[in-house]
Amino acid sequence: MNTKTLFYIFKRVLLAIVTIWIVITITFFVMHAVPGGPFLGEKAISAEAQAALEAKYGLDKPLWEQYITYLTDIVTKFNFGPSLKQRGRQVIDIIMDGMKTSAKLGLIAAVSAAVVGIVLGAVAALRRNTVLDKIIMVITTAFVSMPSFIMGSLLLIIFSVKLGWVPANGASEGGLILPIITLGLYPMAYITRLTRSSMLDVLGQDYIRTARAKGVSGGKIIFGHALKNSLIPVITYFGPMLAFIVTGSMVVEQIFAVPGIGRQFVSSITNRDYMMIMGTTIFLASLIVIMNLITDILYKVVDPRIEFD
Amino acid sequence: MLHANKPFSLQLNPEAFLPATDAEKEYISRMRPSSTFFKDGVRRLIKNRVALVSFILIVLITVASIVLPYVWPYKYDQMLGMTPGKPANSSYNNLSPFTYGAKEQERIEAGEKVFPHIFGTDAHGRDYFIRVVYGTRISLAVGFFASIIVLIIGLTIGSIAGYAGGKVDLIIMRIVDIIYSLPDMLVIILLSVVLGQVLHVEGTILEKIGANIISMFIVFGLLYWVSMARLIRGQILSLREQEYVLAAQATGAKGRWVIMKHLLPNCISVVIISTALQIPNAIFTESFLSFLGLGVNAPMPSLGSLASDALNGITSYTYRLVIPAIVICLIVLSLNLFGDGLRDAFDPKLNA
Repeated sequence: MNTKTLFYIFKRVLLAIVTIWIVITITFFVMHAVPGGPFLGEKAISAEAQAALEAKYGLDKPLWEQYITYLTDIVTKFNFGPSLKQRGRQVIDIIMDGMKTSAKLGLIAAVSAAVVGIVLGAVAALRRNTVLDKIIMVITTAFVSMPSFIMGSLLLIIFSVKLGWVPANGASEGGLILPIITLGLYPMAYITRLTRSSMLDVLGQDYIRTARAKGVSGGKIIFGHALKNSLIPVITYFGPMLAFIVTGSMVVEQIFAVPGIGRQFVSSITNRDYMMIMGTTIFLASLIVIMNLITDILYKVVDPRIEFD
Repeated sequence: MLHANKPFSLQLNPEAFLPATDAEKEYISRMRPSSTFFKDGVRRLIKNRVALVSFILIVLITVASIVLPYVWPYKYDQMLGMTPGKPANSSYNNLSPFTYGAKEQERIEAGEKVFPHIFGTDAHGRDYFIRVVYGTRISLAVGFFASIIVLIIGLTIGSIAGYAGGKVDLIIMRIVDIIYSLPDMLVIILLSVVLGQVLHVEGTILEKIGANIISMFIVFGLLYWVSMARLIRGQILSLREQEYVLAAQATGAKGRWVIMKHLLPNCISVVIISTALQIPNAIFTESFLSFLGLGVNAPMPSLGSLASDALNGITSYTYRLVIPAIVICLIVLSLNLFGDGLRDAFDPKLNA
C-alpha cells in the first residue's frame, strides 16, 4: 500500500468523522427546535424524573453547553441518555437489545441477497437475450419498483394468512423467514441487475477473448476472469445496501412484529420519545457512514485501476 | 473548374458558369427535411415500444387522477353514512365492491339509479375508488413538485459551482460531499418529525397541503439537490472548455449569459432524464413516510397512506392493500421505464 492510498484512507476517515459529528449536531439542534425541547413528552413526566433530567442535562444552562454535554457523553461513554417512555431504561440498552434481532435479520438478508443476486446476474449475463435472461430481468424490475412495505404485506397475506406456511409473528419460531425475504428482495434484484451489466461489460473485454484464444476452459474463464472482475462494481453497492436494510427494517419489523431496532424506532416516533429518536438516529446514521467508509476503501483497494485524486 | 482537356490552362470553362438546369437542382436539393436533435430524440423515443407504452400509461393515470375527482359523484372525504343532524348509519362502512348502504338500497328498490362503489367503501364509509384516485393525484403531485424543487436548487448551485470553479467550486463540493454522505432516510424522518411539530400552517393558504407534505418538500429541497448539482457541475465543467464558450467570452458575454444561453441548453437532456428518474424516487419516499405515519394529514389520502391504512384489515379486506399497491407499482415502473427510454433517446453520448 503506497502513501497515496494511505492518504486517501486518511481523508475518507476524516470525512466520515466529520459526517458523524454533523449528524449528531443536526439531530441535537433540530430536536431542540421542538416546542418544549426533546426532554418533554406530550404528557409531563414525573417531577423527580424531570428534576433528574434537568440536573443531568443542565436544562437551565445555555443550549451550547447542553450540546457539549450530550456530545461528550456519546463520544466518551457511548451514552445517549435515558428513554422518556420506557422508564428507567437507557437509550443505548434499548438499541443494543433491538440490534440483537435486527443485526441477525439484516445480515442474513444482505448475505442471501448478495449470493442469489450475483448468481442470477451472472446467469442472466451468460445467457444473454434468452428467455431465462428476459424472465430474470422482468422479475427484478418488478421487485425494484415495489416499496418494501407493500412487498412485505403481500408476502404476509400469501404465505402466512392464506397458505399458513409460516407464522405471521416475527418473534415466533421460523417467523424471521418472511422478514428476511422481504428485506432481501430489493437488494437481491438490484445486485442482479448490477452484476448482469458489469458482467456483460467484462465479457466484452479483450482479455476474455485472449483467455479463450489460448484455450482456457469455459469454467475457468467465467469464475477466474469474468466473475471476479465484474464483482468490483457490486462492492460499491454494499454501503447503500446497508442503508436500505436499515430503513427497510423499520417497515419490515413493523409489519411482522419483529422486536428489533426498526420497530423501536418507529414506535419512538409515534410516542414522541425524543431521546430515543435522537439516539437511534445517531446510532444508525453512524453505522451507515462507517459502512460507506469501509465500502469506499475496499473498492479502491480491490481495484488497482481506480485513480486517487 | 479548369478546362478539362487542358489541365494546366488558366482559361476558365464557360460551361461552369451556366445557370443550373432543373435536373441539376433536383440532384443537390436535400433528400429529406433536416432533423434537429430534439426531433431525432422524439423519433427514437416513439420507436421504443416500452417507453411509449409507459408514457401513455403515465399520461392516462395523470389525466384520470386530475379529472375524475371533478366528475365523480362522491368526494374523497365524504362519509356516506353521515347525514347532518342524524346518527351515523354504519351500513355504509366497509362495503364490499358493488354493494350499497341502507339508504342506497331503498333508492335502488324504488327504481332509482345509484352510482356503484366500484371498490366498495373504507372503514369510515368513504368511497374507496375516489380515495385511490385522489391518493394517486397526491402521490403524483408530491413526486412532481419534489423533483421540480430538486431540479431548481441543483441546477442553480451546480451551474454556479461548475462555471465559477476555484474556491467557490471547492466549498460547494465539500458541502455536497458531506450532504451526500448523510444517511438521507434517517435525516428525512428526523426532519419530518420535527417540522411537523414546528411548522404552523393553520390559517394560511398552505393549510390544505398540510405540514407533513410541506416538510417533505423542505427535506427534499435540503437533501436531494446534491446529486443533481454534481451531475450539472460535471456537465458544465466539460462544456466550459468548448471553443464556442471561449468565442462567446471573447465577444464580451457575461457569466450569466454564457450559463443560460450556452451551457444549460447543452446539458438539458441529462437534466430532464435525471428529473424524470427523480419522480419515482420521491413517490417511494412519500409512501414510506406515510407508512411511518409521517405522510399526508388525514383525511387526505395518498397511495402510501391508503396502503398502510389497509394493513389493519389486511385479512378481510386484502383488495384495499392490493389496489393502491398496484397503482404505486404501475406509476413507479412506468416512470422508470420511460426515464430509461428518455435516456436512450436523448443522451447524445449513448448515440455516438
